[in-house]
Amino acid sequence: MAPPTNKRSGYSRRAQLSSFLSHTAGVVSMLIGLVLIAISAINPSSFSSLRSLAADATDPAAEATAKSRNVGQQVLASVTGFFKIGGENARMQKELAIAKTKLVEARAINAENQRLKKILGITQQRDDVVAVTTLTASTPSSTRRFATIGAGSNKGIHKGMPVRSATGLIGRVLEVGATSSRVLLITDTESLVPVRRASDGVAGFAQGQGDGTLRVRLVNLGINPLRKGDVIVSSGSGGLYRPGTPMAVLTEILRDGAIARVIGHPSDTDFVMIENVWAPPPPPPLPAATGAKP
Amino acid sequence: MIEGYSGRRDKAAGTRINRAPSPVIARVVPWLTILFASLVPGWLVIASAPMLPPFGFLTYMAWKQMRPGLLPLWAGLPLGLFDDLFSGQPFGSAVLLWSFSAIAIDYFEERFPWRNFAIEWLVATSLIILYVLACYLLANLVAAHAPVSVVVPQLVLSVFAYPLIGRLVGHFDRWRLIAFRVLR
Repeated sequence: MAPPTNKRSGYSRRAQLSSFLSHTAGVVSMLIGLVLIAISAINPSSFSSLRSLAADATDPAAEATAKSRNVGQQVLASVTGFFKIGGENARMQKELAIAKTKLVEARAINAENQRLKKILGITQQRDDVVAVTTLTASTPSSTRRFATIGAGSNKGIHKGMPVRSATGLIGRVLEVGATSSRVLLITDTESLVPVRRASDGVAGFAQGQGDGTLRVRLVNLGINPLRKGDVIVSSGSGGLYRPGTPMAVLTEILRDGAIARVIGHPSDTDFVMIENVWAPPPPPPLPAATGAKP
Repeated sequence: MIEGYSGRRDKAAGTRINRAPSPVIARVVPWLTILFASLVPGWLVIASAPMLPPFGFLTYMAWKQMRPGLLPLWAGLPLGLFDDLFSGQPFGSAVLLWSFSAIAIDYFEERFPWRNFAIEWLVATSLIILYVLACYLLANLVAAHAPVSVVVPQLVLSVFAYPLIGRLVGHFDRWRLIAFRVLR
């Protein structure tokens, strides 16, 4: 390609000045970038109000896109389903038979659970879902994993509320705007969720790795009891995340933990629920202390 | 005077008598396409891994290489600020890196006034690789450590997506210079 225009300013004062100013402006904007990074490295939430404003402003368009995105996924799913229907049907019938027996067992366990709770006198507080909304956007190319939901302080969303889909935990609310909020996905490297194995309650922590998988670390060191295919759920210890929310399936066992793949994959959820921040129930009063009171 | 218009003979632009391109559209289209490329890909997919290339940056690079001098050297400041609002990167990283790559491209233009496709491609590819790695490092500076393997698919996709985006920007460039305004 030919060189565009002659960039030499020559003897013209005006050309010299404008060339100098444009180069200075380039360097200055680079320096401004450096300063902004330094500020956000020291205090990562320093520009949250600006981000919330921008997310609120683009929210209507993002929500419209989210709707068409869901429709597109459904069309794709029906097309692929058409080709897989035979094998899928046989497999599902087999699964249904197993599931029916499991359901009966679960009902029995649930009934027993209710009975035991009644005996213990635990009043089961039921925290309702605060809002049901859609995931409208995400950060497509950054190693940080954030998503935006189409509900903000107008629907009673507060910072820290856990976000889940029908299948599993997605993340928690990080920044709240007027009509949209920013969600830290559980696959982000800053997300740390206390978890336990669903079958027997082996406790650990699940940290995101930024690539759609979680790194599970066990609390108790020693022989690693985890097996491939185990399901981990949030344990609720320390509050925030409700216990028993399904999170991930272990795919690879390491010496001191495992790598897990998330169940509630954010890319194929259409609706998400925002729950109240979970607080562990206060311990029941000691029987001796209550008896001593007249 | 519209930059990039003088001396260019195009089928769409310049052949019609009594018509001229609109100066507003000719100036605004590059900015709008870059803002669009920063904003919209985030809506299309809810990704749990950084798979998509940084479309905003790729579009910015394509405009810079296609029309040197059309975007001023400080364009990285407003465009980068906008990109930072939606990218999830630590605030200011796009401002820094976009301004840096503008200066780098400017330097290469002065150093190699006669360029062929290979040189342009080499400059763009190395800047894209540097950009993705620098974004990764800046994100790690603020947040916990992510393994570098996370950005490898994105690196490959970005390098292969760049020529396609250059093509698209070429179409926009032709479109912005369509002569439709009636001269009196």
